[in-house]
Amino acid sequence: MNVLLQLALLFGGLSLIAFGGGSGILPAVQHEAVDVQHWLTGREFIDFFAIARAAPGPGSTVVMLVGLKAAGALGAVVAAVTLFGPSSLLMFAAAKGWRTLEGAAWRRTAEAALAPIAVGLTFATGLSLLQGTEHGWVLYGITAVSMVVLTVTDWHPGIVLAAGGVVSLLL
Amino acid sequence: MPNDVAPGPVPRGMAGGAPSLGAIFGCFLGIGLSSFGGGTTAWMRKELVRKRGWLEERPFLAGLALCQIAPGPNGMNLAVFVGTNLRGMRGAVAALGGLMLPPVVIVMAAGLLYLRAGTLPGVQNVLTGVGAAAVGLMFANGVQIARRAIRSAVPGLLATALAVTIGLLHAPLLPALLVTFPVSWVLARRARRQGRV
Repeated sequence: MNVLLQLALLFGGLSLIAFGGGSGILPAVQHEAVDVQHWLTGREFIDFFAIARAAPGPGSTVVMLVGLKAAGALGAVVAAVTLFGPSSLLMFAAAKGWRTLEGAAWRRTAEAALAPIAVGLTFATGLSLLQGTEHGWVLYGITAVSMVVLTVTDWHPGIVLAAGGVVSLLL
Repeated sequence: MPNDVAPGPVPRGMAGGAPSLGAIFGCFLGIGLSSFGGGTTAWMRKELVRKRGWLEERPFLAGLALCQIAPGPNGMNLAVFVGTNLRGMRGAVAALGGLMLPPVVIVMAAGLLYLRAGTLPGVQNVLTGVGAAAVGLMFANGVQIARRAIRSAVPGLLATALAVTIGLLHAPLLPALLVTFPVSWVLARRARRQGRV
């Protein structure tokens, strides 16, 4: 089967089940791309994921590099469009629907009910990120200090992120 | 502006009409360039709600929850949600395009470099530190939205339960929501009926 078609089927099938921020599908991607299709080695996948995580944006951008290795630049495009397209369209439909409920009493109830959910899931994301990286005590320290500084001051987050990078380089 | 000051009675949605497509694209381009280590939604709240007043806190938080529940990366979902709310489909395209342009260019460039050189670009150490700070940004954002959104014990317990079961125990999202959301809904409706919202 054509590699581009295989990429499209793989990522298109995963797009709408990528719950919890989208990184939950990556073990399935790794299995299919490395063990089944042999598009890349396990080592390459891990290094690609490190690149995607280090760059800005979601870690799921690793799929573009899987597509790149499997089928060149067009493979990267197919991977990105088929993984991110369906979930974005779903969100667009949801946002449209939400917008038409402007002013409805139950939308205001739903907003109030969703607020604690947003808080809980935000902390859950932070906790998952902590476990997803090898966190030595220096990195835990950077996380803790950044959290305190960004909570009690109104400093620009960019300054704090840059300071985190410098500290990690020096220690 | 110190963190404790509420944004005040910003007119519904935004002051002086919806921002232009160019302004939306530019704003999200900046967020896309800064969204290291998974702190994207925290950046968005700072830029969109606190700095520009394009959205009020409450609709933003509802959108954030929807985006966390829906499949796909939270930041991308939130860009689509905010863009759609500001300018419909073209707003969504502008927001998503701005947000994703820097990551796509950087990831592709680094990937091509890696395939050529066979090793990772030598900035890994710096970036793990930036990532660790970004997790701190995520937690700080959690504290700030909790201060605004949670005013009594039970919603606080619901939020804590979600954070622990999903973030630490890796419980699946759907059952956790099926337990917490109905409780939150009942509480919110009661609060509304009593005129507290």
